[in-house]
Amino acid sequence: MLEHLIPVLAGTLGAATPLIFAGLGELVAERTGVINLGVEGMMLIGAIAGFAAAADSGGGALAGLPAGAVAGMLAALVFAVLSLSMAANQAACGLALTIFGVGLSAFIGQHYVSFSLPGLQPLDIPGLVDIPVIGRILFHQDPVTYLGLITFVIVWWVLRKTRLGLLLKAVGEAPDAAHAIGYPVIAIRYGATLFGGAMAGIAGAYLSTVYTPLWVQNMVAGRGWIAIALVVFATWNPTRLLLGAWLFGGVTILQFHAQGLGIALPVQFLAALPYLATVVVLVLISRDKRLLQLNLPASLGKPWMP
Amino acid sequence: MPLLEPRSTPSAQMRLLSPLIAIGLTLAVGSVLFLALGKNPVEAFTVFFVQPLSSGNGWSELMVKAGPLILIAQGLAIGFRARIYNIGAEGQLIVGALAGGGVAIALDGVDAWWVLPLMVVAGAIGGALWGAVPALLKTRFNAEETLTTLMLTYIASFTLSYMVNGPWRDPEGMNFPQSIMFGDPALFSPWFEGMRVNASILIAAVASIAFWIFTSRSFLAYQLTVGGLAPAAARYAGFSAQRTVWVSLVLSGLTAGIAGVGEVAGPVGQLNLNISPGYGFAAIIVAYLGRLNAVGIVLAGLLMALLYLGGEAAQVALQLPAAITGLFQGMLLFFLLGTDVFVDYRLKPRPKPAYA
Repeated sequence: MLEHLIPVLAGTLGAATPLIFAGLGELVAERTGVINLGVEGMMLIGAIAGFAAAADSGGGALAGLPAGAVAGMLAALVFAVLSLSMAANQAACGLALTIFGVGLSAFIGQHYVSFSLPGLQPLDIPGLVDIPVIGRILFHQDPVTYLGLITFVIVWWVLRKTRLGLLLKAVGEAPDAAHAIGYPVIAIRYGATLFGGAMAGIAGAYLSTVYTPLWVQNMVAGRGWIAIALVVFATWNPTRLLLGAWLFGGVTILQFHAQGLGIALPVQFLAALPYLATVVVLVLISRDKRLLQLNLPASLGKPWMP
Repeated sequence: MPLLEPRSTPSAQMRLLSPLIAIGLTLAVGSVLFLALGKNPVEAFTVFFVQPLSSGNGWSELMVKAGPLILIAQGLAIGFRARIYNIGAEGQLIVGALAGGGVAIALDGVDAWWVLPLMVVAGAIGGALWGAVPALLKTRFNAEETLTTLMLTYIASFTLSYMVNGPWRDPEGMNFPQSIMFGDPALFSPWFEGMRVNASILIAAVASIAFWIFTSRSFLAYQLTVGGLAPAAARYAGFSAQRTVWVSLVLSGLTAGIAGVGEVAGPVGQLNLNISPGYGFAAIIVAYLGRLNAVGIVLAGLLMALLYLGGEAAQVALQLPAAITGLFQGMLLFFLLGTDVFVDYRLKPRPKPAYA
């Protein structure tokens, strides 16, 4: 059993990486009061930009990830101009961004359908990788997976311990008060939204250049939406988001190891499991209205103009 | 320094002009895109918007594609008026197609007039039930319908994949993931030889009239709209928020389910993995572009159908990827949201210097 379980747990971390990046980005944006339903679209744009950069430059994932981040940020900029500067409905703008991202990535992706990339070799952490069992699970991962965990620590620290974190949260809880004290509410929301875009772009580029290094149309396959659901599940708390991402990473990876684990279910059922789990998790967390009200950034989704 | 200021009353003029400006902007950016791809924009737009309509078959195809788009968008618009965002019409379409297709497969060989109506009813029920799930989750457990409707779309498409790979796979289909071809009693028969347009377009037409009457005449539709525009006022007046959720999601599921039957009993003729080219998502744009108004949706549906046809034509005539349709759809929605801002806001006049 153990020899089957180690690859499952190790794979869980990789499968969780795009959810960690995209989820943390969305979490920061939502903490400032901006709900961006365009995560799926930004991830797709990041995925194709990252893939194109990696393939055309020959630089592989190292070129792909920054390109994905920039592309995701540009996509988020369009959303921000519409929903922050022009106060358009955030839900509709996010949806538009997703529809646009699906179309744009499919359009550009036509040129790259038959390409494949080398991917990234796992990076062993010297010393730690030799710890029995744990070492092969935690310390034999691709570098981006470690980067995701570092990003988590930084986001946790900034939100929890710094003045910047306090400012982000203040803008999300009480934009009028923050404005009255003299903080640039719109600028801060722009920053958080663009950060969300960059994170989603990296998540997408990770999928297309590292996780499955080839281009497939619509390859993000709903992970952007799952990331949004994870933020709700996490009640806007980064640590719970990390745990949620691992949980979903595990559910996602299950279909590839089902046979080894002796699970005899139709492959489509296992493939549908992450989406089913998202619904279940949303129901479980949302039914406690008080818990949500307590943690929900007070101005979430409400257009604000000075 | 904000450039916009709120209007004292929303501009009715701008509400009608906004879609036209958005279409204009999309065409303008489209021209630049065509130039960048080394195509002559005039020629490209001829291929996109004129060529598809220069033959009888082109008009037939326009109806084939506009039918489901209009039907789904009419249902979605009811919910959107009430700010209930069902973005899973694609899933409700798939479940409707599965329910209707299941009837066709079970009754294969039965030659009776009632097979097709039964399929439509089954599809309507299937779609409505798939819409009822997020309604239940929203009203009982407070779960966001945007996320649940979309997740249910993925679940529906895996269910479809399972059915056509497993229980309902055509034993003589060379292992392709598809069901048997439906028999004539389970198909809408084409009106004209060699063209695909059929009676299912009438369902969209009847639905459009019904929704027009419903939205302009019924008290229930008025309650839904008030619930969307002013939730507090709706509560004060005693309009039920729960009922709004149920009516919105079940109605839009129902129309999407019927559209699904229209596809499998029409142009597709069986269950397979390509029963919808994203009609459920494109219908969201149709609903907004049509101003959530029954008449507007008919016009917007025709335009969106033309965009699909143009994309297919451009693939053949200009060697452009068919995905260009999706790109135009996304751009159109973006521009529409941008121009819609000017319904409620206007550009702030530059402040005059005090001592000029």
